[in-house]
Amino acid sequence: MAGSNPNAKPMNLTLNVWRQPNRQAQGKIVEYHVKDISPDMSFLEMLDVLNEDLLHAGQDPVAFDHDCREGICGSCDLFINGRSHGPEKGTTTCQLHMRKFSDGDTITIEPWRANAFPVNKDLSVDRSAFDRIIQAGGYVSVNTGGAPDGNEIPIPKEISDRAFEAATCIGCGACVAACKNASAMLFVSAKVSQLALLPQGNVERKTRVENMVAQMDKEGFGACTNIGSCAAECPVGISLENIAILNREFLAAKATSNNLA
Amino acid sequence: MSWISKTFTSSIGRKIIMALTGLFLCSFLVVHLIGNLQLFKHDQGAAFNVYSHFMGTNPIIRTIEWGLVLGFGFHIYEALMLTRRNKAARGAQGYVSNHSEQNSEWTSRNMGILGTIILIFLIVHLYNFFWRARFAGNLPKMGGADPLTSDYDNLYMAVVSSFHIWWYVLLYVAAQISLGYHLWHGFRSGFQTLGLNHRKYTPAIKYVGYTFAVVVSAAFAAMPLYFFLFTDAQGELATNAPALLHSVAAAF
Amino acid sequence: MLLDSKIPEGPLAEKWEKHKFNVKLVNPANKRKYDVIVVGTGLAGGAAAASLAELGYNVKAFTYHDSPRRAHSIAAQGGINAAKNYQNDGDSVFRLFYDTIKGGDYRAREANVYRLAQVSVNIIDQCVAQGVPFAREYGGLLANRSFGGAQVSRTFYARGQTGQQLLLGAYSALSRQIAYGKVKMYTRSEMLDVVIVDGQARGIVTRNLITGEIETHAAHAVVLATGGYGNVFYLSTNAKYCNVTAAWRAHKKGAFFANPCFTQIHPTCIPVSGDYQSKLTLMSESLRNDGRVWVPKTVEMAERVRKGQIKPQDIAEDDRDYFLERKYPAFGNLVPRDVASRNAKMMCDEGRGVGSTGLAVYLDFSEIIKRTGADAVSQKYGNLFAMYEKITDEDPYQMPMRIYPAVHYTMGGLWVDYNLQTSVPGLYATGECNFSDHGANRLGASALMQGLADGYFVIPYTIGDYLAQTPPKPVDTNHPAFAESKAYVQARTEQLLSIKGTRTPTQFHKALGHIMWEYCGMARTAEGLKHAKGEIQKLRKEFWQDLKITGTGEELNQALENAGRVADFLELGELMVDDALNRNESCGGHFREEYQTPEGEALRDDENYAYVAAWEYQGDNQPEKLNKEELTFENVKLTQRSYK
Repeated sequence: MAGSNPNAKPMNLTLNVWRQPNRQAQGKIVEYHVKDISPDMSFLEMLDVLNEDLLHAGQDPVAFDHDCREGICGSCDLFINGRSHGPEKGTTTCQLHMRKFSDGDTITIEPWRANAFPVNKDLSVDRSAFDRIIQAGGYVSVNTGGAPDGNEIPIPKEISDRAFEAATCIGCGACVAACKNASAMLFVSAKVSQLALLPQGNVERKTRVENMVAQMDKEGFGACTNIGSCAAECPVGISLENIAILNREFLAAKATSNNLA
Repeated sequence: MSWISKTFTSSIGRKIIMALTGLFLCSFLVVHLIGNLQLFKHDQGAAFNVYSHFMGTNPIIRTIEWGLVLGFGFHIYEALMLTRRNKAARGAQGYVSNHSEQNSEWTSRNMGILGTIILIFLIVHLYNFFWRARFAGNLPKMGGADPLTSDYDNLYMAVVSSFHIWWYVLLYVAAQISLGYHLWHGFRSGFQTLGLNHRKYTPAIKYVGYTFAVVVSAAFAAMPLYFFLFTDAQGELATNAPALLHSVAAAF
Repeated sequence: MLLDSKIPEGPLAEKWEKHKFNVKLVNPANKRKYDVIVVGTGLAGGAAAASLAELGYNVKAFTYHDSPRRAHSIAAQGGINAAKNYQNDGDSVFRLFYDTIKGGDYRAREANVYRLAQVSVNIIDQCVAQGVPFAREYGGLLANRSFGGAQVSRTFYARGQTGQQLLLGAYSALSRQIAYGKVKMYTRSEMLDVVIVDGQARGIVTRNLITGEIETHAAHAVVLATGGYGNVFYLSTNAKYCNVTAAWRAHKKGAFFANPCFTQIHPTCIPVSGDYQSKLTLMSESLRNDGRVWVPKTVEMAERVRKGQIKPQDIAEDDRDYFLERKYPAFGNLVPRDVASRNAKMMCDEGRGVGSTGLAVYLDFSEIIKRTGADAVSQKYGNLFAMYEKITDEDPYQMPMRIYPAVHYTMGGLWVDYNLQTSVPGLYATGECNFSDHGANRLGASALMQGLADGYFVIPYTIGDYLAQTPPKPVDTNHPAFAESKAYVQARTEQLLSIKGTRTPTQFHKALGHIMWEYCGMARTAEGLKHAKGEIQKLRKEFWQDLKITGTGEELNQALENAGRVADFLELGELMVDDALNRNESCGGHFREEYQTPEGEALRDDENYAYVAAWEYQGDNQPEKLNKEELTFENVKLTQRSYK
């Protein structure tokens, strides 16, 4: 072991995992036991161990979404011990390491819960609602070709940095999962404020926020009541400030746009 | 005018109404509190009764009163609508294990419960004082030498007698604690919802909100406690009240 | 077979302009009569799908992810090169071209690379217009940094998340076309075969990963943008789902596979910590701008470090060997990836490696922290440092990072001509999926550039040339070729499920990865490669006899998906070994120990191996046929690369 903690003892854990064969079926919590888990493992590597055990025993492995395992693709999405992405702040499930747990722990693992995120199977949920919100306006309408030189649009570093901060959203859905209201406002606000801050987004500023909020409502997400769980659980630290910007943009757009519908 | 109704039935639109009505009700609390401070004046309720008579008869106040009714009405209605929407959004299957206390404040998650306690209080409160003064007409009169005020309702005595009933005092204090928590979240939340957010001012707004919540609820709660603990049936300072209160009373 | 790379005539600098004029055009009213399938929605695929839809074609886009935004392009950290010369430091299109050809150790096609350098400037403009928040200077203009293998600052970046921001830009453009109805998006759909009708690619067969349904999709042309095959090594910096399946199925249907042995080993990855490890994590190459690479000077000192008797920060300057600075004074820590990786391996082979396994070298930031302060360093690399600490539980502000090379990128891929068309008419390959631009070694910050160049600025022109010569009548899915492909896919799925042996797909994958890393990794020998070939054949046989997966094909079945991918890796692995064995020279990422200079640098054989090895499938378990595309260099002089 090259980890800094070569003396860390392997752990034995009890896992309470949500099992559900498909979208229509009833699900339930099933108890499993895993042995000899290294503290240097990531949480998903611990689940890999469980799945290898299950396969060898001829049982169906637990389905869960994951891909890059570097905390950037936004695929992984587990609700671990009552928290989105588990107990460590600013961390996706794939970057959560088992050294945050202790030998003998019982860990409850559930899928994201929201009406707009139906369960595909076990721990995998359908987050296509997020894509549809982006399709409603989360872009700048420029075709390929014909863009002006990149340096023709100077942008103050501070503004650019703030837009970047908002743009780092990985679309994992931890905000919705943590929110009592299953609200997607943090996700939507991150994209709205990124493009509202930048001059490139100015042209479609009003229609963008109107359409994205309408789609968000249509998908059945709840309304924000400023609880703040979303930002507290966001693995990349998207700030609540963005929701205030979204509210402001929405109000201004509704009050001044020429859209009568 | 479909864009208006669409705006205010959208998730953000409803929240904006919550915020606007909420902050408006905060301003009402300030007026109500300042008026009610007359209760502490040692004049057998004269100033308080003049004040309450003014509030009950002045045409401007009576007009604003309708705004208040609408404010409460919309605040409650939107709260119900939002709660219904948000419950549906969460879905039928809840979490087996959910530790939201690790990522947010209890107050923020329980505005509905707090609001309901305040609403129950409000109904009792309105019946006992507002209804009896305005519509029932069965309150005692002030009497006294001044012909101008002698037939004013003696609301002061109604307050004093109510605040000598233990369960009534308990209800009031409980309601004020709820109000405090409600404002603790609600004040800054209102600004956030209206998009009034700025890196320079938002921290200040937060602390103003906390102070507001504590001061307003504590001051309102002080009224029933004061009368219950320290006054006799006439609202006069009881002899066994702390010396400090006697010296304050003497100063006024 | 004669390989026609279709490089346009004329001087290098004019080829692309002239070609754009010479290609046939589809008139705007006719574009909507053509359907194009794009498989993969990363930088290359997402950009291609969006751009083709903007032109008016009907696009069907496919990804096995739940959303196009999850493609592995998102994990690229460091940046994207462009010959803007904003820094006034002597950059130009020719210099970017030259650096890329040289960095690739003269095994890339001149015309393609020059075009790449030309369109690089358009990419930045396009991305800025989309709202990609690149790093900026205080004056509001775009910032640049330098990157491995280059002596100019031409790399545009968005902190350590450039890939994410560029992908989200392409994703937004794609989303817009989905909203317009010009792109029909199929998520959680894995391509399992290409359908060839009368010698031309006319569709694909996919498996819906949620329902398990096998579907056929028809189009007038098919674009593969399915990434690289680094996961053949099991452990790599690639995402877990990255696989060769789409490209491999195309290969089996007639598309040549070029230079499969050209794999890039990235020098700065977090070392392996245990056998449970599922993937390796890259620490951006940009760290080498400010971090200094070293190992202890003596084996004895290294021994003490490994045993934990002495901390790295306590080792005196005089006892450290900054080996890259020592050996390559001109480029220092910024030598190309293959050189940096091989040197790290040499140090560890000498016994001077660190970490408890001895398979790591230090990347030290103490000097820059002293010089500019921890805050400035955090501004630049904060997210990388945080990631390092999360994984290793060590604070890089306090002690040097431990790094070791890991498989990162595959320069090889489907052979394509200048138009990015494979050897199958109507079948195109873009991005990492093709072999075209990086030769035997890719320079840092060039993968994003190539993906977006192919997607935004090349394929929209070149595919039109093909479509203009194709009648616009709808493709008939009743053609027996569709039913045949579908039956093949179904049979294979059934076969995987019916073995019911004892070993899991991951066990086979790990075993294959071990063989590949050991014998076809950073250093290769003829003897080792021959041994590996036998091992792979044996393992592949065992796979088809002893695989164990559960469940059915009619549900979300991740073990089944994995098994299918591993099966293809087991075939690809052998071809990589064959290719490495065929190439009796060392170049870029391909290092044959038999062929090295006295100083231990890669020794090319330009006389005999200045060609692209394009392998042609000959049937199951048959040796593949080698086709050669000779590389001619008219604009650069072939020299021994020197970064001294």
